[in-house]
Amino acid sequence: MKIDCTINGSPTVLDVSPMRRLIDLLREEMKLTGTKEGCGEGECGACTVLIDGEAVNSCLVIASQIQGRQVVTIEGLTPRSGLTPLQESFVRKGGLQCGICTPGMIVAARALLDKNLEPDALEIRTAIAGNLCRCTGYHRIVDSILEAAELERSRLSLVDTAPPDL
Amino acid sequence: MSIGVNVPRKDGQSKVNGQAAYVDDLSFDGMLYGVTLRSQIPHGKIRAIQFDPKFDWSSVVVVDHSDIPGQNIVTLIQRDQPFLAAQLIRHVNEPILLIAATSRKKAMEARTRIEIIVDELPSVTNLEKAATGVRLYGEDNLFKEIHIEKGDLPRGFAEADYIVERTYKTGLQEQMYIEPQGVIAVPGKDRISIYGSLQCPHYVVKALLPLLSFSHPDQVQVIQMVTGGGFGGKEEYPNLLAGHAALLAMKSECPVKMVYDRAEDILATTKRHPSIIRHKTGLKSDGTLTALAIEIDFDGGAYATLSEVVLSRGCIHAAGPYRCENIDIVGRAWATNNPPNGAFRGFGAPQTCFALERQIDLVAKTLGIDPLEVRRRNAMEPGDSTATGQVLTESVATHKCLEQAVKASDYIRKRSEYSKLLPKARIRRGIGLSLFFHGSGFTGDGENRIRGRAGLQVTPDGFIEILTSSTDIGQGTETIFAQMVAEELGIPVDLCRNAGVDTNRVPDSGPTVASRTCMIVGDLVRSAAAQLREDLIKWLAELENCNAEQITLVGGCFLLSGQRVASFQDLAKRACSEGGPASASKTYVQPEGLEWDEKTYQGQAYPVFSWGCDVAEVEIDLDTYEISVTRFTAAQDVGKAIHPVMVMGQIEGGSLQAIGYATMEEVLQKNGWIENHRMTNCLIPTALDAPAFETHIIEEPFSGGPFGAKGVGELPTDGGAPAVAAAIDHATGQRFDEIPVTPEKIELALNP
Ligand code: FES
Ligand code: FES
Repeated sequence: MKIDCTINGSPTVLDVSPMRRLIDLLREEMKLTGTKEGCGEGECGACTVLIDGEAVNSCLVIASQIQGRQVVTIEGLTPRSGLTPLQESFVRKGGLQCGICTPGMIVAARALLDKNLEPDALEIRTAIAGNLCRCTGYHRIVDSILEAAELERSRLSLVDTAPPDL
Repeated sequence: MSIGVNVPRKDGQSKVNGQAAYVDDLSFDGMLYGVTLRSQIPHGKIRAIQFDPKFDWSSVVVVDHSDIPGQNIVTLIQRDQPFLAAQLIRHVNEPILLIAATSRKKAMEARTRIEIIVDELPSVTNLEKAATGVRLYGEDNLFKEIHIEKGDLPRGFAEADYIVERTYKTGLQEQMYIEPQGVIAVPGKDRISIYGSLQCPHYVVKALLPLLSFSHPDQVQVIQMVTGGGFGGKEEYPNLLAGHAALLAMKSECPVKMVYDRAEDILATTKRHPSIIRHKTGLKSDGTLTALAIEIDFDGGAYATLSEVVLSRGCIHAAGPYRCENIDIVGRAWATNNPPNGAFRGFGAPQTCFALERQIDLVAKTLGIDPLEVRRRNAMEPGDSTATGQVLTESVATHKCLEQAVKASDYIRKRSEYSKLLPKARIRRGIGLSLFFHGSGFTGDGENRIRGRAGLQVTPDGFIEILTSSTDIGQGTETIFAQMVAEELGIPVDLCRNAGVDTNRVPDSGPTVASRTCMIVGDLVRSAAAQLREDLIKWLAELENCNAEQITLVGGCFLLSGQRVASFQDLAKRACSEGGPASASKTYVQPEGLEWDEKTYQGQAYPVFSWGCDVAEVEIDLDTYEISVTRFTAAQDVGKAIHPVMVMGQIEGGSLQAIGYATMEEVLQKNGWIENHRMTNCLIPTALDAPAFETHIIEEPFSGGPFGAKGVGELPTDGGAPAVAAAIDHATGQRFDEIPVTPEKIELALNP
């Protein structure tokens, strides 16, 4: 089956079995291995990607479900050089250890911040409740996301207050 | 200054942008996928194996025990476990056959076409029946029995005003690293390369040499991929898995990937030993402990794996950080027909610490004083001796940890305030604490037997490469080693980088276990750096025709009588190209005066201990009996925090594993079968289950550690469970002596 979709901003046509799991499609066909598999049944969140801006477990999505949709993976959230403030916060604040949950965690955090740039700790915990981390105890992940939200807010306000010709 | 500074993690960038390569991200041309066919009974004999004649067997590769070129024994402590069951099956999900095909699906399809015909034998799957059930191992089903004696136990009981007795139980716990076990084996001519998610690359080398009948260590090359968590679960199990992949690779002559799915990982890999621990304690009315008698039983499962050393650490930690002159500890690790248990962060101590801390709370209750008070009165101080007669001379932080955690958590006020909550309140609150310790490094003279090595290599561009086999499994090894080298040489951390772990290249630093990496291997790395500095200074002195004493290395520059002569990097480059000192290496040397008797379990069990106090707060909803741990305060002493953020991350992550152990992590085992083998029913805490942490690092330096540092890896898993159980007691007015304390158990206790 031919599937038209957008992956990390690039219009893509895939010729795959409609039942193929999105995670396999990304990892095997597209070589986007930043998306991880920890359980294959929607429990761990290591495979989280954005579909039309929503955080989704890619192990539970099949190819036919992404027809006409926008898929974004951790690779798509990473700038060509360097890191985003959200990624930098994870490094700085101790939001990662072994790193296997990290891409999914960052994708889930991105989905949250895109909707709510002023989340409190409980809102963050709720947003990442589907992303298991066995290393950190979550405390520093929450801190990382809080810091990133603050950084992004201050950038926005800089843009807001910048003179129009800048 | 690089020590005590939160420098950016070396692996940070690649882990947040998705580029870090874990084993499942790697593939090779012509690679096959391997799967395992496992037993479905706890004990029995294989009568026949039937291959469906309708299946095209030429399209897959099948390996059984007769394909093994060398010995069918997993090299570890005992020689009892086969790579593949030949005749006897000793536990459910024991590997029997291996199948590889061009896709995982195809290999799995082939697996369904094979039938194992068995004659079942009577089995023992209940720890309480291990002594009396069918004979499974040796004369008595005992993998190991340990006895530790101190003082005169009968006299201790005779001196007591009170004697309290109680039995405690702890359940199985699954490591649940988020990346399942996996390896790729790539065959070569008379050699094999293993790429894997693992903690101890040289263990794999030692296990594969006899399996494949290789004689030279270089014939087995083990490369550690970025590893998605281990927690002990990837200490010894990868030996077996790497062996399987290697057998398929040798037979098929193709690279073979074996990555477990979650169900297989939960069903087949090792877990934390379940325990039954009996305590009998003598005490005086002023709270003095006069006698501690402790009997410990661990379920080792079907094979010995690391059970004897897990038991050993459990026993040595069983009497805890308390002063007591009369102690008797008996520990036994039993053979059963359950899947083998093995290493899990804490290594026996979380079980014995849980039992002891609950017993100390019982002591407090008996005396009618606060649990804090009993601990204040009995906590060890310098000059006191442990159960093995080890006299503590330095770096003892019991009271510091205790007082810091009590103050930061507002324990005293909350303890009395929550006690006054109406018995009718629907939401009950409780607060509880624990005091604990954990020995850093291998037990006794273990480090001397391993004699770990580490090295440094100057690269042509003037960087320092750090060569060790210590694996970074998330705890931050790569970063702290670089910090130590940078500090010793006075150069930026960015000039120091890790060589990666490839056994063909790096020396054997010993395994990445036992809270030893920072303290033991770190000190080897640090002293190699000191050596390199000295050698470079001597060499420069020759070049400059001066005295070495006139040269110093400050701020990344060599100074001759205070005048800059070369930057570190320039001289390092020169040394590399002109045959100067471009490398340094160190081998562990046992410090003088370390005495340990393996037979009597007397002497210096560990070079030093790390200490901790945890305070947990809980809320229990009496409608649903749901428990939430709302706040967790930890004050833990690590000697010196090389990287404070990572130390706090260790403390919080380890504490959450302990909180899960106490409340929600339950592996249900029946007749040798694990019944909840999915993440949907084998739960670990989510971000909503986790409390807010308040973490305090205490630094009571150790003269034998690099920059004063001790181990931190395992300490945090010891104290969380008893602190949570104490808080649940406080909230409910009932005692809970068995973990996990589930809502069902609370309901039962409150409605007898
Ligand atoms: S792999 Fe998709 S949720 Fe775990
Ligand atoms: S960092 Fe290891 S699972 Fe989250």
